[in-house]
Amino acid sequence: MLEIKNLHVKAEGKEILKGIDLTVNTGEVHAIMGPNGSGKSTLARALSGHPEYEVTAGTVTFDGKDLLDMDPDERAREGVFMAFQYPVEIAGVNNAYFLKAALNAKRKHLGLSELDAMEFMALVKGKSKVLEMDQSFLSRGVNEGFSGGEKKRNEIFQMALLEPRLAILDETDSGLDIDALKLVAAGVNAMRSPDRSFVVVTHYQRLLNYIVPDVVHVLSNGRIVKSGGKELALELEARGYGWIEAA
Amino acid sequence: MTQLIEKAPPFGTVLEKRPPVGPRWFEDLRGRAAARFAQLGVPTVRDEEWRFTNVSPIAAAEFALAGPISGAADRLAELAYADASVRLVIVNGRFDGTLSRTKLLPAGARAGSLAAALTEHADVVQRYFGQVADFSQRAFAALNTALVQDGAFLHIADGTIVEEPIHIVYVTGADGSRVMAHPRALVVAGAGSQVRIVESYIGATSDAYFTNAVSEIFVGENASVDHYKVQQESFDAFHVGSVHVHTARSASFASHSFSLGGRLVRNDAFAILDGEGGDCTLNGLYLSDRDRLVDNHTTIDHAKAHCGSHEVYKGILGGTSRAVFNGKIIVRQDAQKTDAKQTNRALLLTDGATINTKPQLEIFADDVKCTHGAAIGQLDDDAIFYLRTRGLNYAESRDMLIHAFAGEILNRVRIEPLRDALEAELFEQLARDLAEVDARNSTASQAPR
Repeated sequence: MLEIKNLHVKAEGKEILKGIDLTVNTGEVHAIMGPNGSGKSTLARALSGHPEYEVTAGTVTFDGKDLLDMDPDERAREGVFMAFQYPVEIAGVNNAYFLKAALNAKRKHLGLSELDAMEFMALVKGKSKVLEMDQSFLSRGVNEGFSGGEKKRNEIFQMALLEPRLAILDETDSGLDIDALKLVAAGVNAMRSPDRSFVVVTHYQRLLNYIVPDVVHVLSNGRIVKSGGKELALELEARGYGWIEAA
Repeated sequence: MTQLIEKAPPFGTVLEKRPPVGPRWFEDLRGRAAARFAQLGVPTVRDEEWRFTNVSPIAAAEFALAGPISGAADRLAELAYADASVRLVIVNGRFDGTLSRTKLLPAGARAGSLAAALTEHADVVQRYFGQVADFSQRAFAALNTALVQDGAFLHIADGTIVEEPIHIVYVTGADGSRVMAHPRALVVAGAGSQVRIVESYIGATSDAYFTNAVSEIFVGENASVDHYKVQQESFDAFHVGSVHVHTARSASFASHSFSLGGRLVRNDAFAILDGEGGDCTLNGLYLSDRDRLVDNHTTIDHAKAHCGSHEVYKGILGGTSRAVFNGKIIVRQDAQKTDAKQTNRALLLTDGATINTKPQLEIFADDVKCTHGAAIGQLDDDAIFYLRTRGLNYAESRDMLIHAFAGEILNRVRIEPLRDALEAELFEQLARDLAEVDARNSTASQAPR
């Protein structure tokens, strides 16, 4: 589903990704781990089309299409979803209004009919149960006054609503206590399917106890230096990142 | 030999030739106002209150007093908000009985021509007219008082609750000539009464004209007045409008000012909280674009204790336009336990737009709470990016943020059809400004957004 070849990405004039090769097949969950500064979030943001990240070389194909050639909103409508590490607060933009607009933008793109208010609310009700989202959040501004945990749950909730083909989770576990972590993981696991792929960027192994990956990659200094099965994550937890960088 | 040509005093002929309108006391007042205007003259940019707003083009244009016109009915038919069951229409400063509708006024409410009220409600008019619109330092208020011929009169008797909003529409202008009008409103809300009033200002022509409006609103003890000013003058028109408010004990007053039109606009809102426990809200939303100028000045005078005031003014600027916001809060010595809050925010859509903003706090009491804040900026790029990653394109994301910005003020409009009409008009005008921004961005060959 996702093929990244020799991807080089620059941010603030500095080259962060120095040739990433990564293939994610449909239905797989890939974990990207690595020490701080290794380029994990850069990879996630470059895939989402963030304007401050400049691709200087390489290609990214999504379902056979050139992802890098698409605007961020096009990528979203094509089925790429990014759960942000630091979701932005947008006061005054009503959650329900925004979500319905986003969902309908995607449906329109897929040639489906748009949902009306009632259909939308029914859909929301179903999806918010798993994440234990209080219905009152719908009438608030996007992430307005949300705690860190609530923001992350809101990201996963949006993912559940938008049903992407590829979900990129950028350090979704950072700043969460164990209860919030379990809820977020439950939300992600409920979305696992043979038609959907996940790229889970995380610094800590703990999340991967709950969202069990098929493949684990370790990023170091802008390159993937090691790939393996889920045991690799446990090995990193036991031994730290130092031994990888030494290799 | 050089000859010094004495510049004719502004509006000199018009003031000299003004026809008498009412009883002796009224004419005396007008005479004093005329004399005062002659002393003050038209403000210049050397006046602190007019530092960023050059109104010399108004005097230079030599507007003549407007006479009656036909065609006002057509303009009324175009009004986006036309729902009010009670409507007073003032054409070029004169009350128009045929275009007005007052049948559905509840008992206890009187609405109609101010000129007629000079005789029909002489006691009320004499008691209140000119009592809060102080023209000793305000030239345009002096000019209006000197030249006033008619206007709107609204008296709500003690205890009367007026359920339906009352709409006062001021139509100004005349095709093919440069005219001015000085419309006046006198609103007296008796003790314990309640009323919602909408004042709309529109043009009868796309030619240039000058509206110099003064409204006085007296809010009686424990009364509640919800006021809306909708300024949608023609884009070549000059509008100088002031609302002067006096609140009594436990009175509640809210004014929401929307400025979408006009070439050079100056809105003044003065509120004197003259009774304990009063509450005053002044909100504003304005759009300044092209090469227009919109200046909002507010003054809230906490003259008595335990009053609360809240101000939120928001502006959207495009083109090479300018805006001015100056919010003055005065807290008198005996006004203990004052709670005053003022916020003003401006959203700049273009690099060429400018806003000058200044809060002014004059606090003479020692047990008060006064906060003020100003923020000027552009659309939040992070917010736009976030919305785009959810599938909304750039224009949709931008629209959503601007809706959120304007929504804070629009959502406080307690008359649903008015709120909808204002939203529609604002965004229609904005669409043109945004298209201009997009065109400029694409010709500057930036990376595709």
